[in-house]
Amino acid sequence: MHTNQWEVVIGLEIHTQLATKSKIFSGASTEYGAEPNTQACAVDLGFPGVLPVLNKEAVHKAVIFGMAIEAQIAPYSVFARKNYFYPDLPKGYQISQMDLPIVGVGHLDIEVDGETKRIGITRAHLEEDAGKSLHENFHGLSGIDLNRAGTPLLEIVSEPDMRSAKEAVAYMRKLHELVRYLEICDGNMQEGSFRCDANVSVRPKGQQAFGIRAEIKNINSFKFVEKAINHEIERQIELIESGGSVVQETRLYDSVKDETRSMRSKEEANDYRYFPDPDLLPVEIDEAFKAQVKAALPELPEAKKQRFKTYYQLDNESASMLTSSRALADYFEAVVKTSACEAKLCANWITGDLSAALNKADLDISESPVKATQLADLLVRISDNTISGKIAKKVFDTLWQQPNSSADDIIDAEGLKQITDTGAIEAIIDKIIAANLGQVEQYLSGKDKVFGFFVGQVMKEMQGKANPAEVNKMLLAKLKN
Amino acid sequence: MLLTTEDVKKMAYLARLGIETNDLDSYTKDLSGMLDLMTRMNELDTEGVQPMAHPLDQTQRLRVDVVTEVNQREHFQVIAPQVEEGLYLVPKVIE
Repeated sequence: MHTNQWEVVIGLEIHTQLATKSKIFSGASTEYGAEPNTQACAVDLGFPGVLPVLNKEAVHKAVIFGMAIEAQIAPYSVFARKNYFYPDLPKGYQISQMDLPIVGVGHLDIEVDGETKRIGITRAHLEEDAGKSLHENFHGLSGIDLNRAGTPLLEIVSEPDMRSAKEAVAYMRKLHELVRYLEICDGNMQEGSFRCDANVSVRPKGQQAFGIRAEIKNINSFKFVEKAINHEIERQIELIESGGSVVQETRLYDSVKDETRSMRSKEEANDYRYFPDPDLLPVEIDEAFKAQVKAALPELPEAKKQRFKTYYQLDNESASMLTSSRALADYFEAVVKTSACEAKLCANWITGDLSAALNKADLDISESPVKATQLADLLVRISDNTISGKIAKKVFDTLWQQPNSSADDIIDAEGLKQITDTGAIEAIIDKIIAANLGQVEQYLSGKDKVFGFFVGQVMKEMQGKANPAEVNKMLLAKLKN
Repeated sequence: MLLTTEDVKKMAYLARLGIETNDLDSYTKDLSGMLDLMTRMNELDTEGVQPMAHPLDQTQRLRVDVVTEVNQREHFQVIAPQVEEGLYLVPKVIE
């Protein structure tokens, strides 16, 4: 395979469920996990005579998103019917948007291998989700649960700007972070709140025209997106190189077999005959509404990251990590403010020990047993030399186990206070020197490495409670004399 | 005529309408007549006219995001041909 002669072109369509309480066109609950069909009302079921009424919060959340990607918000947008027959769509059409979507052209910047790349967003439109079909165990029939029918979706369509599976994953992650950050979508991929379809094609390097694309449906984890796209790229290149040509079609990714396979035999299914929905009037978004949303918009992740870099002097990696969610950024700023410690120390502890412990316990920052004030108190004790960084890790572990205690309690109870009494340190240094005269000889003859041995011996004798800087200073003075 | 009988057959299939073969010609003629009227309208100068999305010159009123519906599953499922474990049962559809 001559992969380097081919250029890959990828565009993503991402469906995000908007975190509203009720559905986009009805007052039924959107809560996940209810008994089948207990949250499907007459509107969702498409009963005759019902009328959809648009949920204001869905519009609000779409506008928030549009502003976050610096897109134009349509002053006038229209809902259309997308017609097709499928049992999980009782009306025979999905209410969506076609010609006049609510969010216009915008963009999102991604970072891949340290380089920033701007990915265009073509549009984002509001639509209703369909129900779910269950194909198992119904004596040859399918079971339909319409609880999900009518859940508001914002479909975000990117430009074909990505050139590798890696870029596609970076874009998807960035978007996932953004919608959660904006609190417009809970981002739960297991529950289907954030779903991705990928349009993939290849073309000879240097060719202007796009190759024929295949659409890969419903790839619902970051890991699978990368694998599915890479698999599809390989399939297309092999196909073309062996004299065949790619067919425009929808393919389904099978994560077990790690392959994509053709999903629809006939493409006539794509004749959707969109037309404006006569049940819904055009939506007008005026300047006052936009101004209101804009005023309430939180500091956006990118702006926050830049501020963290300049104001707190953090490196790019720490700043990115800390601004990946609003809760984490707030936690960091609370620790810095409460402790008045150096921001770098706070950042290191949060992105290091705390994040590792949270990952291990599979907890979100909001569920951390160690609260920001508790971590702040611990960092204060490192900064004022009450304990060393090493002892602090021990205190942190205890704090994690006993969330109601404080760093000071633990330091007192376990006698972890650093020994600052120079007399005590001196006595131990004298003892160690006297017991290791051979090593003193080596040191004096120019073997500088032996110095580490002495530091280690003293720290061991003092159970790690001596201030390492102080030990170094005193040892050096003693050995030189 | 603007439409062929094949066009009409395709439209009928997409809309899941059963059309008698005997009626095909008259449908084709009637629908073509309607489209013909449309093409005549195309002769008008519509430069600067905003396409109409709705006959009412009004905009959409929005609903406050509150759950107002209660569970009426039993009531709705009375008219369903077949239900099981709360699900509506339909002929198997797998692509």
